[in-house]
Amino acid sequence: MALTDLTIHELQTLLKNRETSSRELTRAFLTHIADTDPHIGAYITTCEAAALKNADAADARLTEGNADALTGIPLALKDIFITEGVRTTCASQILSNFVPPYDGTAVSKLKAQGAVLLGKLNMDEFAMGSSNENSAFGSVKNPWNRDCVPGGSSGGSAACVASRQAVATLGTDTGGSIRQPASHCGVVGLKPTYGRVSRYGVIAYASSLDQVGPLTRDVEDCAIMLGAVAGYDPADSTSINLPVPDYQASLKQGVKGLRIGLPKEYFIKGLDADIQQAIDSAIATLRDLGAETVEVSLPHTEYAVACYYLIATAEASSNLARYDGIRFGQRVDQGRGLIDMYMQSRAAGFGPEVKRRIMLGTYALSSGYYDAYYLKAQKVRTLIRQDFLDAFNQVDVILTPVAPTPAFRIAEKTADPLQMYLSDIFTIPVNLAGTCGMSVPCGFSRDGLPIGMQLIGRPFGEETILKAAYAHEQATDWHRRSAPR
Amino acid sequence: MTSRYEVVIGLEVHVQLTTATKIFCGCATSFGSQPNSQTCPVCLGLPGALPVLNRKVVEYGIKTGLATNCSIAPRSIFARKNYFYPDLPKGYQISQFELPICEHGRLDIEIDGKTKSIGITRIHMEEDAGKLLHDSNDSSRVDLNRACTPLLEVVSEPDMRSSDEAIAYLKKLHQIVVYLGVCDGNLEEGSFRCDANVSIRPWGQKEFGTRAELKNINSFRFIKQAIEYEIERQADILNEGGTVIQETRLFDTASGTSRSMRGKEQAHDYRYFPDPDLVPLIVSEDWIEQMRRELPELPETKIARFVNELGITRYDAEVLASDRAMAEYYDSLVALNGNAKLCANWVMGELQRALNDTGVAIVDCPVSSPMLAALLKRIDDNTLSNKIAKTVFDAMWQSGKEADVIIEEQGLKQVTDTSAIEAAIDEVMAANPDQVVEYRGGKDKLMGFFVGQVMRATKGKANPQALNELLKKKLAGE
Amino acid sequence: MKINREQVEHVARLARLALSEAELDTLTVDMDAILGYVEKLDELDTGHIIPTAHAVPVENAFREDVIGTSIGTDKALQNAPEASDSCFVVPKVIE
Ligand SMILES: [Mg+2]
Ligand SMILES: [Zn+2]
Repeated sequence: MALTDLTIHELQTLLKNRETSSRELTRAFLTHIADTDPHIGAYITTCEAAALKNADAADARLTEGNADALTGIPLALKDIFITEGVRTTCASQILSNFVPPYDGTAVSKLKAQGAVLLGKLNMDEFAMGSSNENSAFGSVKNPWNRDCVPGGSSGGSAACVASRQAVATLGTDTGGSIRQPASHCGVVGLKPTYGRVSRYGVIAYASSLDQVGPLTRDVEDCAIMLGAVAGYDPADSTSINLPVPDYQASLKQGVKGLRIGLPKEYFIKGLDADIQQAIDSAIATLRDLGAETVEVSLPHTEYAVACYYLIATAEASSNLARYDGIRFGQRVDQGRGLIDMYMQSRAAGFGPEVKRRIMLGTYALSSGYYDAYYLKAQKVRTLIRQDFLDAFNQVDVILTPVAPTPAFRIAEKTADPLQMYLSDIFTIPVNLAGTCGMSVPCGFSRDGLPIGMQLIGRPFGEETILKAAYAHEQATDWHRRSAPR
Repeated sequence: MTSRYEVVIGLEVHVQLTTATKIFCGCATSFGSQPNSQTCPVCLGLPGALPVLNRKVVEYGIKTGLATNCSIAPRSIFARKNYFYPDLPKGYQISQFELPICEHGRLDIEIDGKTKSIGITRIHMEEDAGKLLHDSNDSSRVDLNRACTPLLEVVSEPDMRSSDEAIAYLKKLHQIVVYLGVCDGNLEEGSFRCDANVSIRPWGQKEFGTRAELKNINSFRFIKQAIEYEIERQADILNEGGTVIQETRLFDTASGTSRSMRGKEQAHDYRYFPDPDLVPLIVSEDWIEQMRRELPELPETKIARFVNELGITRYDAEVLASDRAMAEYYDSLVALNGNAKLCANWVMGELQRALNDTGVAIVDCPVSSPMLAALLKRIDDNTLSNKIAKTVFDAMWQSGKEADVIIEEQGLKQVTDTSAIEAAIDEVMAANPDQVVEYRGGKDKLMGFFVGQVMRATKGKANPQALNELLKKKLAGE
Repeated sequence: MKINREQVEHVARLARLALSEAELDTLTVDMDAILGYVEKLDELDTGHIIPTAHAVPVENAFREDVIGTSIGTDKALQNAPEASDSCFVVPKVIE
């Protein structure tokens, strides 16, 4: 087995025992990236020199015996994470030359652990998309079938892990942007409860929905990565001051007696047959392990996409106002005055999907429409959140598909934005409710594309879904399959 | 012709707070540094940065609300006011829109000897914008040191009916925020900025006329001028059968006129919505009570106490209470001396004169209140005459020495020893036999002459009371 | 029609986006379809529902009034398209 095929928990032992070094590992990944990425397009920026330097520092720590969980582990980050001195583009033309003067909180935590940063990963521009086709740096290919999308918006983060171009990655999830690409690429992806991981230093798309989370090879790695970045941050007013459990330690508790809810609104006619079959087999596995399943109802599910596209775009229209060509980013000045400078810079800097969402959000907030659109959506959000809280009075975990279909073909849905939006129907409600959810590999389609199931937990119930995911993973071998080289 | 119309004025005042740091980040708020040096990812509006509310801004907001008779909202929220401008880094200003921290307040002003209540609609917290420098023909420069500095916006009801009322209200509000210590009150540096909404309507008309907004005027005098100019301008328009249009106008201090602001779009759509990066602000009763306990005694209460408890005149009380530091100096002086009238005379007289002459602030005064109290004690115990005390005061101001030290060093102790005074009287009478005869012949006026002579002989140190008594006796030949 | 082309042009100006004729055409169609879809929310009676701004209830997040680190003028200006005399430079602002 190649070094690049190993997980964090496997590498920890090798590194600790000095059977390999972080430098050797980092070199292996850099070589693999050079070989593979031209076909995948996961990376926007790679940091060879800095990575090797950090690897040497990690090796020194490992030799001294004061290593943390991630010391010496080569990781990569969605290019939405602000990294000091490393170009951060958010896959947008408007930030194509932006080199931040600071690190975000999650990045600082990884650095403090001694993790090695290999580079910055492709994504949908400003995290707006479900296919990674909205990137100023080209679309990403699904490692299982390069004619297909990897999902989005953390498409680069998922494809990177699936094609072994980093041990693990961080992404962000506003409406499914970790879970959906994780599902499409056959990796584990977790969106924590809103407030669990600091958003400081993460470029905002929709502030009340955005959340940072890991994409990993297996569930144990996911627990390790979540533990490394979770926790209260005084720099993020919306982060929650609750202790961070030892996610790794509680993984092996099993699912005996665990009550799993199956929301009837998610198991509708027209669900892709391969997905239905994969989910059914996952349910059977969990039952065999001692879990109980019950039908639950999340009655406002059908309103989630409409609700989401009003709230997310409204917040985005405001969050993206700072890209004005003055303090950073691309400027287009044709000498026709200030307002023209604004309008030309933003027109040239943003891609079509970003413009569409800015327009929609600006309209939803504009005079005379606020109550009918934005406020209405916030009220519907209350109903959707209440659906989940009610369901969690009956069950510990909710199990659903992640996406209605496996990865679709590149360019298949680009012509119809509404159809693209509807592909996030199963993931969006979790963001609106603010709770946690993860995607776990649970099968393959007839065409050999990975399928994930979604495990949704109570607010701050990450331990429970990780435990269920781990039990399922140990009983199956979906996570051991690797994408063709 | 303005008398045909009733004037309606509402004021919006931006009060810059004296916190050490900005409202949403840890950058310093101090003035005059290199441009853009007091900046960080938050106040530069860099991608990924997030605001965190400065607790002290909330405390200052609560205190200002309490001092202006507002109710403090148990729950308030921050909103984004969206518009593009180069001094606004994020493309939105974090402010409060629905649910501000203070509402329904009032300030009482004195106008023509009568008290009038001016309503305060609301007070909200917000961040300031940066500074634009227009020093070239084809470009402007942006300094973001001031961006994110905390402001309270105090919005009045349209309750004022003349420029005098507007100025009385502004001065009152200014005095309060300076008293509270939440604002340094510096108008020129923009710490207290006023926008005035001015309209006129025919007497008896219920509806308000169309208003013009006068922006950012930086002295009480100019605010008065600007309002009066605006009243004239609108009256002229109406008198000629025209209609006033709603607009923002910029006052030019040089010409004393105003012009419409063309550059800014007139019809705004700020797209306010709750800022998802900030969480609701909950102010408990306990917190409000704690702030209430920390409130200083405000001018009105102080004046009443000075008059009723210390027995000084209302005029003196108003002068002493007009400045918080002076009032505090006075209070501590009275606590040490007890003679409220004497203390008032000295604070308003010698002390104020010395402060004015030297331009020293009372807090930096070289003669502290215990030092002045020690000096006044020497008047009370007849060691010094009032006149010599003033000389001692000047010496104290110069040297920073205690009164007793100066009295000792300069031998200024008043002579109360009767034998010494008698000897001096005898000497003077012997030297001026003619005058003694004239006095005894009925020329009472010569009394002054003898007092002067004896004072000169004792170098002014003779106790005036003792001198008078002894002199009368001796001249009478007793 | 939920939205017409004039409204789309107005919104583009509010959002400071210079859009081509073709973009305006496409956006009018797209926004109309999306706004038509979100009308679905009107099926729900939300008269008495309290809006959710934050999915997880948090309140009173403060920092103390203590001076922290500023990044300084050089770093502040390092990404600026145009800067001079320690300031960002923009096309002339007319007030
Ligand atoms: Mg304001
Ligand atoms: Zn700052």
